[in-house]
Amino acid sequence: MSPQLIWTAFSTIFRREVRRFTRIWPQTLVPPVITMSLYFVIFGSLIGKRIGEMGGYSYMEFVVPGLIMMAVITNSYGNVVSSFYSAKFQRSVEELLVSPTPNWVIMAGYVLGGVARGLIVGLIVTLIALVFTSLSVQHIGITILIVFLTSVLFSLAGFINAIFANSFDDISIIPTFVLTPLTYLGGVFYSIELLSPFWQALSKLNPILYMVNAFRYGVLGVSDINVAWAFVGVLTFIAALSAWALHLMSHGKRLRH
Amino acid sequence: MTAALSIHNLEKTYDNGFQALKGISFDVQPGDFFALLGPNGAGKSTTIGILCSLVRKTGGSVSIFGIDIDKDFAKAKQQLGVVPQEFNFSQFEKVFDIVCTQGGFYGMPRKLAEERTEKYLRKLGLWDKRKTQARMLSGGMKRRLMIARALLHEPKLLILDEPTAGVDIELRRSMWEFLQEINAQGTTIILTTHYLEEAESLCRNIAIIDKGDIVENTSIKSLLKTLSREVFILDTRENLEGVPDFGDFDGRLLDEHSLEVTIEKGQSLSDLFTHLSAQNIAVTSMRNRANRLEELFVSLLAENQQPADKEADV
Repeated sequence: MSPQLIWTAFSTIFRREVRRFTRIWPQTLVPPVITMSLYFVIFGSLIGKRIGEMGGYSYMEFVVPGLIMMAVITNSYGNVVSSFYSAKFQRSVEELLVSPTPNWVIMAGYVLGGVARGLIVGLIVTLIALVFTSLSVQHIGITILIVFLTSVLFSLAGFINAIFANSFDDISIIPTFVLTPLTYLGGVFYSIELLSPFWQALSKLNPILYMVNAFRYGVLGVSDINVAWAFVGVLTFIAALSAWALHLMSHGKRLRH
Repeated sequence: MTAALSIHNLEKTYDNGFQALKGISFDVQPGDFFALLGPNGAGKSTTIGILCSLVRKTGGSVSIFGIDIDKDFAKAKQQLGVVPQEFNFSQFEKVFDIVCTQGGFYGMPRKLAEERTEKYLRKLGLWDKRKTQARMLSGGMKRRLMIARALLHEPKLLILDEPTAGVDIELRRSMWEFLQEINAQGTTIILTTHYLEEAESLCRNIAIIDKGDIVENTSIKSLLKTLSREVFILDTRENLEGVPDFGDFDGRLLDEHSLEVTIEKGQSLSDLFTHLSAQNIAVTSMRNRANRLEELFVSLLAENQQPADKEADV
């Protein structure tokens, strides 16, 4: 396919993905708004006042970047895993598989669809956060780049989950038993400086810690880790997951016979 | 002339060891209306799956308008439109979006895709339903939706896997007319169907596949010529009081107004009518007991029965 045809195919998939999650906005855009508002009220405002400062900032200011990142991660992942598995389940994925659209374009279309939802939800959560606290972004480039790359990474992970999934149960196992614990333990609600050396070392094995801290560094200018490692880690994971997803697609894993 | 479809020694063995295709070969010429027939599990859908890349072949070669799918499958797919047996679109999308989006997957500019979507939805009687979610359509409308979608990029080769399954007679007839129209405009069509009168009415050439092998590949006319006998039902004007004399013909009384007569190759229907007229029996109408192609189809499959199968039937 020529670059023009590839662009047309990509933009078609992307547009369809955006149309899908905006069509069902009460399921895709409203729940994170409710959940995150509750987090802001309970953790940030009510409990946060008793916690005092963390990392030199009020607890509300500290927790906001983590909550934005949590929303981006869960929505990016959730969008792609749900959309691609539904396409498999309804067999509408065959529309794409029988077409000349290359595998990498299919993957890119779904992933960028997940990124779009992740970033829109992230933006909405940011706007809600502004009701509770003021935000002054310290490093705009780092902030935008890390949130974008994190969204790409978790969209890719959702895509791979959907390829392997054989039932709707299979698309909820990873978010429930892997993603949620890693996110909650990934420095969203606390600085790892509060932990003992052993738990600090263990926390540093959690990739989400790096992304949350890199984003917090972008917004507040403070981080528990070296931000450069966050970018190295995220880019490495993106490269590895992309290669894995393309390998699965080229071998037709659970997509072709 | 380059064949629209050329299949050579095509093999498929699934991971569980089941050999669905045992090296089949056949060609379909450009402009043909071709029937691919066979009983359930014969290998038809596997063959179609390989052509559209949903099934991976384990041997042999396939060319679509001279393009080897092993060398440039993307280019070969541009020539191909597929209407599958099962509904395979998002039930929650609107009819217009389902069809128009397909154009994008083939690199079609949005404006052109919209124009063609309107053209094919109108042709297939779905324009009024363009804003309806697909799940709200009837079974027949869903089938027409898949045909419109497959035609959007105006493929040179259209494959329809049982397109009229579960469709009422009136709609089936209108779909036949539509398919004949696009075939007359130059689109090569390959059809699988369980309605053999459909294949006989529409198709010029035929391949019959059974247990992964091609058991017949010829023109429908040639195939029908091999029919050695035909069984007719005759309706009579007056009540029949007993079994008439059939002379050299093999016949029997079905009820007081109808007879069943077998005409062997070389026998003449006019001789039969003369013989019955001599007994003051007037025939008001006549029809084949079964579709002619159906009789051949059944006999070909019976011939293809393995001895082991026959023993198993005892």
